Amino acid sequence: MHYQFDFGWVADYYPVFLKGIWITLELTFVATVLGVLVGIACAWARTQGPAWLRPLPIAYIELIRNTPFIIQLFFIFFGLPGLGFSLSGMEAALLAMVVNLGAYSAEIVRAGIQATPRGQFEAGSSLGMNRLQVFRHVVLVPALQRIWPALSSQAIIVMLGSAVVSQIAAEDLTFAANYIQSRTFRAFEAYFISTAIYLLLAIALRYVLAGIGSLIFPRRAVR
Amino acid sequence: MTEFTTWDILRNLLLATRWTLVLSLVSFVGGGLLGVLLLFLRIGRARIGRIFVKYYVELFQGTPLLMQLFLAFFGLGLFGIDVPPWLAAGTALILWTAAFLAEIWRGCVEAVVKGQWEASASLGMGYLQQMRWVILPQAFKIAIPPTVGFSVQVIKGTALTSIIGFVELSKAGTVVTNATFEPFTVYGFVALIYFAICWPLSKSSQMLERKLNVAHRNH
Repeated sequence: MHYQFDFGWVADYYPVFLKGIWITLELTFVATVLGVLVGIACAWARTQGPAWLRPLPIAYIELIRNTPFIIQLFFIFFGLPGLGFSLSGMEAALLAMVVNLGAYSAEIVRAGIQATPRGQFEAGSSLGMNRLQVFRHVVLVPALQRIWPALSSQAIIVMLGSAVVSQIAAEDLTFAANYIQSRTFRAFEAYFISTAIYLLLAIALRYVLAGIGSLIFPRRAVR
Repeated sequence: MTEFTTWDILRNLLLATRWTLVLSLVSFVGGGLLGVLLLFLRIGRARIGRIFVKYYVELFQGTPLLMQLFLAFFGLGLFGIDVPPWLAAGTALILWTAAFLAEIWRGCVEAVVKGQWEASASLGMGYLQQMRWVILPQAFKIAIPPTVGFSVQVIKGTALTSIIGFVELSKAGTVVTNATFEPFTVYGFVALIYFAICWPLSKSSQMLERKLNVAHRNH
């Protein structure tokens, strides 16, 4: 091995990395919030919704969970313009991430909802709540508390998976690495640094999400 | 200007699907073998082995698979060899699969109740005997549904190898799109082919889980 490692270019190019980190975090944050909302809606439709609605979330969840993210991304970015929906790289990236996380979080939320003891539903309706109120106050909040760790893992998986959006010219962290390696011809070093950044981001996100979890759910889960 | 029929598109995609399947199989088998090795280090008695595997898993689960593919592609090149995409793809996917399978299987070994260890110890069994006759047979049964489920992740993971130039189903989708200018149809078909491969595996994983009556979801 006669390769000389060279990290000298980092001094010139670190703002490119910083911008990439920002875009990756921005995409992850927005996609997580919207994706979990989609997931809650699907989980509701699947467990509590009217019977005619139930096949829809099931089809959506199965379709997304059994196809690769990159194909979902390409379908949205390259395929949808044919139907008259033209999206920018960032918009397509965000939409694909929301659609993807929506399907996975729907399954997680459903598991949380189904762990709700039957008596809780009955107790809620005996207090005069309607079905939506029971869902909102009695079922959903304890369910979210139960599944917070699983949702956190899924958010991290989405962040790592978002590396692919660089392929449709969304300027995330991977895009920054691609750009830098095309300028400096230091491919290994550029990808090495960006990989290390992803690892740090994943670890940091795990701690941040655990912290947020203990802030909004200060008490232990009610069983 | 050549005209492409729907059948032309589908035929070319199906031909490329072979390489998705071959790469998935190689990754799954190779990753499985390496995963077993990592598992034994992880649950073994040597502290250094346990720590090594812990960080190995952390590294591969905490970084994007795409980055691992890039690093394999450019990293193997540092040794002065001309790296074909299939070599980088296979290497990265095997290492990645091994990390996940080792972690899944560790969970299964730990899910065997503690009383089983104590009971077998009280029968005078040594560590290896306990593993061979008591723990692993039970862990094996628990491990089947999540392992089948993870094979879906491997198949979907192979789609990323198109980015480093390995020609499989996803890459074929891009190539065919560039020839036909029909991305909606082409990527639609690509998605359906992946679905046709992955969905039966997902379903059988769920069925096995119900049949073996083990509550190990989300691994």
